[in-house]
Amino acid sequence: MKNKVALTGNEAVAQAMRQINPDVVAAYPITPSTEVVQMFSSFVANGKVDTEFVTVESEHSAMSATMGASAAGARAMTCTSSQGLAYMFEVVYIAASMRLPIVFPVANRALSGPINIHCDHSDAMGIKQAGVIQLFSENAQEAYDNMIQAIRIAEHPDVQLPVSVNYDGFITSHALDVLEILDDETVKNFIGVYKPREALLNVNEPVSMGSFDMYDYYFEHKYQQVAAMEAAKRVIEEVGKEYAKISGRNYGLVDAYKLDDADMAVVVMNSAAGSSKGVCDELRAKGLKVGVLKPRAFRPFPHEAIADALKGVKAVAVLDRAETFSTLGGPMFADVRNSLYDLKNDIKVVNYVYGLGGRDLRLEDVEQIYSDLDDIIKTGKVDNFVRYLGLRE
Amino acid sequence: MATLKELAQVEERFVGGHRLCAGCGHGISVRMVLNALENDENVVVGCATGCLEVASTIYPYTAWNCSFIHNAFENAAATISGVEAAYRSLKKQGKLKDDFKFVAFGGDGGTYDIGLQSLSGAMERGHKMVYVCLDNGAYMNTGIQRSSATPIGADTTTSPAGKVIPGKQQPRKDLAALIAAHNIPYVAQTAISNWQDVHKKAKKAFEVDGPAFINILSPCPRGWRYNTPDIVDLVKKAVETRFWPLYEVEDGKWKLNSKPKKYVSVEEFLKPQGRFKHVFAPGNEDLLKRIQEEVDKQWLALLERCGEEPELPPR
Repeated sequence: MKNKVALTGNEAVAQAMRQINPDVVAAYPITPSTEVVQMFSSFVANGKVDTEFVTVESEHSAMSATMGASAAGARAMTCTSSQGLAYMFEVVYIAASMRLPIVFPVANRALSGPINIHCDHSDAMGIKQAGVIQLFSENAQEAYDNMIQAIRIAEHPDVQLPVSVNYDGFITSHALDVLEILDDETVKNFIGVYKPREALLNVNEPVSMGSFDMYDYYFEHKYQQVAAMEAAKRVIEEVGKEYAKISGRNYGLVDAYKLDDADMAVVVMNSAAGSSKGVCDELRAKGLKVGVLKPRAFRPFPHEAIADALKGVKAVAVLDRAETFSTLGGPMFADVRNSLYDLKNDIKVVNYVYGLGGRDLRLEDVEQIYSDLDDIIKTGKVDNFVRYLGLRE
Repeated sequence: MATLKELAQVEERFVGGHRLCAGCGHGISVRMVLNALENDENVVVGCATGCLEVASTIYPYTAWNCSFIHNAFENAAATISGVEAAYRSLKKQGKLKDDFKFVAFGGDGGTYDIGLQSLSGAMERGHKMVYVCLDNGAYMNTGIQRSSATPIGADTTTSPAGKVIPGKQQPRKDLAALIAAHNIPYVAQTAISNWQDVHKKAKKAFEVDGPAFINILSPCPRGWRYNTPDIVDLVKKAVETRFWPLYEVEDGKWKLNSKPKKYVSVEEFLKPQGRFKHVFAPGNEDLLKRIQEEVDKQWLALLERCGEEPELPPR
C-alpha cells in the first residue's frame, strides 16, 4: 500500500530509517542533516525502532562506532553533512576497505572555509575516491527511495560496500515536498534480514578485521574493491528494477530525460536536475532539441550509460556544484568528458561550476546554458570550457 | 585469586607468532589482561593503530585467537563502543544467544593524545567495555616521538636531549585521574611486575557494570633502551620508586594498592634506561632533581586522593 504524504527531505530520510529499523545508529548533529538525527532519536525514545542509538561525541566516532557495529554483524547506519563528512573522511576509506555495508545519508552542504551552511556538493566530492557508493537524489521522493534501495545494494554479496545517499542541503532537506511512502511491511520485506558473511559476534568463527597489509596483499585488496564497484553497477540496476515492482518508480544508474533526439544536453545531479528538466520542457515546447542527463550513481561512475545516453548529442554542459582547484573544471566534468572521449564524435563538452555555498540556480541560468550550447553548435567553437555560472565580476 | 599454575592452564587469546620485539611489554600485558577471562567467556578485542596491531595482524596471519578489530589510530574506543552497542541491540532483539566481553587496547599515543576524545566519549556513554592503555611513554611505532605520557627529561626523537634543551620539558598528563573524572565504575593503574595486581584488576574491570579503564606500564626496549631480559625488574623499579604507583578507583573511591616501605630514589628507575642517560651527565643535576620533585609531587597528590597521610616514604 502506498501512502501520499507531505514531508521534508530530512523527514523522508528519517522515515526511511525508521522503516529500515537498523540495529545500531551512531550519529552526531550537523546542519543541515541534524533533523534526521533528532527525529531518529525520538523514534528510539518512543519505541518505534529496535535500534541502539549511540550518541557519539564526533562524526569521526560516528563512523567508527557504526563500523564497529557493522563489523559485529549488525545493520548499522549513520548520517551527516559537510564538515562532519570531512571529519569522518579517514574512516570512510576504512569502512569501504573492510567491506562494511553501511548506509549513510548525506544532506549536502558546502565545506569550510569560509564557513557556509548551505548547499553544494563539495562534501560528497571529498569522498569520491574513498570507495563508497554514492547515490544522488533529485528530491525528497528520491532520497527516500534511494535509502531503501541502498540497503539492498550495500548488502548484496557481490558488493558489500558502504552507500551514501546524497540529497541537497536545505533545498531538499528542509523543503516540504509531496511524496509516496511505502508501508512498513513492504519495506521490511524488500530489505530482508541482514546476514553478514563474517561477524565479530560469531563465536564459531572468530575473525581478525582491519589487518595490516604489506605490498604483497594491499594491491589485490584494493582491486577487490574495484571489482565490487564494477558489480555495483549491475546491482544498482537490478535493485532498481525490483524496487519498481513495489513502488511503481523506476531507478537506474542514470536518468536520461528527453535525450533520444536531443542535440544539447545538460548533465546535472540532485535538485538542480529538477530545475533543468523544467527548463528543458519549456524549450522543448519551443521546438528546441534539448535534454537532461541526471547521473543517479556518481560512484561507481556509470560511464557506459553516460556515453550511451549522450552519443547522439552535439554539445553537452556538465554542471558541477563543487570545485576541484585543478583549473580544469569540476569533478563530474572530468568524468563525463573522459566517458565521451572514445565515442570520437567530437561532442563539445563545457563545464559550469554553479551554486557554490548555496547560491541559487535560477531557471534563467539553465536557459542561458542551453543558449550557450546552441552557440557552440552553430559556431563549432568553445572559447572557454570551464565557466562559473552567475559569478559576480 | 588464581595461582600461576592455574593461569598457565587458561586458553590463550593472544598467541605466538606475533612480531613484537623481544623484551616488549605489550605481549605480556595483553596476555595478563586477557587471562583474567574464563575459558568459556567470549571476548571481542579492539586495537588502536600501533605496535600491537602491526605486529599481531600481518595479513594473512593473526595472533588473535578471538574476534579482533583494528580500525584506525584514534578510534579504538569508538569502534569497540559500536561493537558493544551492536551486541546490546542484537541481544535485546533475540538475534544473538552468546555472551561477550569487550576490550580495547591502545598505546599512550592512541590514548592520551589522538584518541582521548574518542575514549572520553565512550567512557561518558557508559559502554560496558574495558579500555587498556599500554603506556610506553612515547610514539614508539613511528620511531619514539614524545607523547603527553612521556616523562620529564626523557630523550625522544621529538624531544631530543640537546645541548640547550635536555629532553622533554613537561610532566606527564595524569590520564587515570582524567578518566576517573568521568565517574565510571572502575579505573586502575597496574604494572606487569605485579601479576596478581594485573590479574585482579583485569578481573574487576571485566566484571563491573559499565566502562573500565586500566593503565599498564609497558616498557619499550627500543624507546627506553634497557637490557631486554630485565624488563620485569625495570617495571618493579618503576613501582618501588613511586614513578608508577599501583592504585584503583572503584565507584569514585581512590585506593592505593601498595605503599613502598622505604624511599627509593627515581634514579634507580632512570639509570638502566638509555633515554635518561643524559640526565646523569655533569651539568644536568637540576634535571634529575626536577624529575624526582615531579615524582614526589604526584605521589603526595595520589596519597591525598586515596585518603592517606600525605607523606613521603621514610628514607
